[in-house]
Amino acid sequence: MPAIDVQDQELELALKDFKSSVHAWGEAAYSRPRTLAARVPHGSWRLASGWALGCLLVAGSVSGGLFQRHHRIEVAQVAAEQRAAEQQRQARELESAKMTDEALLAGVDSDVSRQVPSAFDPLTQMSEDETK
Amino acid sequence: MAAGTALDAMAITTADDAAAREFARVVEKHRPQIFRFLLSSTRDVDLAETLTQECFLKAHRNWGSFRGESSAMTWLMRIAINLQKDHWRNRRMQFWRTTRTNSVDLDEASDWLPSGESSIEQQLLARERVGQVWKAVKGLSERQRTVFLLRYVEEQELSEIAAATSLSEGTVKAHLSRAVARVRLELGGKR
Repeated sequence: MPAIDVQDQELELALKDFKSSVHAWGEAAYSRPRTLAARVPHGSWRLASGWALGCLLVAGSVSGGLFQRHHRIEVAQVAAEQRAAEQQRQARELESAKMTDEALLAGVDSDVSRQVPSAFDPLTQMSEDETK
Repeated sequence: MAAGTALDAMAITTADDAAAREFARVVEKHRPQIFRFLLSSTRDVDLAETLTQECFLKAHRNWGSFRGESSAMTWLMRIAINLQKDHWRNRRMQFWRTTRTNSVDLDEASDWLPSGESSIEQQLLARERVGQVWKAVKGLSERQRTVFLLRYVEEQELSEIAAATSLSEGTVKAHLSRAVARVRLELGGKR
């Protein structure tokens, strides 16, 4: 043992015991039967499966979100198209209704002015005489 | 010419064989000590075995460049100390990983009693002393612990410790002094 620069007997004794204890432990551990444990592949498998699961979750949530967004846009587009078609249909109906009323009135006017029933001939004759 | 080439090849083979034999002798001689140092530094049998394997693998790769300026033991110890440092540095960097450690606790480490303690009382006292030193060693810095273990467990000279740790002898003395003061404090506190 090297010369220990300490006066304290107890310290010297403790250091001697410590050395003997570590030597005994080292000898026992060195000569123990060794087992081959494939720790690294096990750990890497776990790591790889963890990564794969994580990637799967991220990809799933991202694609789910994208699908939801796409679906919402599609629904909004269909609703907008339906609203526009409905508005156009209402406008067309309004237009056609207006057109029909005007045509009817014009038809009535022309019918009244053209077709004078023969029964009213003496009356028309009389009114003409009075005006003369 | 051809005979000369064949002789050269034989000489190289013989030199390789001699180097391999020399390295095998070094492994056989120093492996238990390197393992013991790494075991006392880490208190982890599996880790000490792994680092010892790595140490001799690295030594084997660089055996050709070993010039013999220091002893083989000092050279191997330097490799072991650097591997240990790298291990703890990598462990700190990979803080997100599950920090599973097989380090035994201080009580378990103190279970290994020095031989020659006959009575139960002596054994108990020795166990207590060893436990106190382990407690002090645990509280040391990495460098202080390395210097302390090399001095008081591996019984290396200050010059050898300085060469293995790449420190000056003065720095080694300072680290050793602080480490011993810590052990003394631990022993004194328990009185």
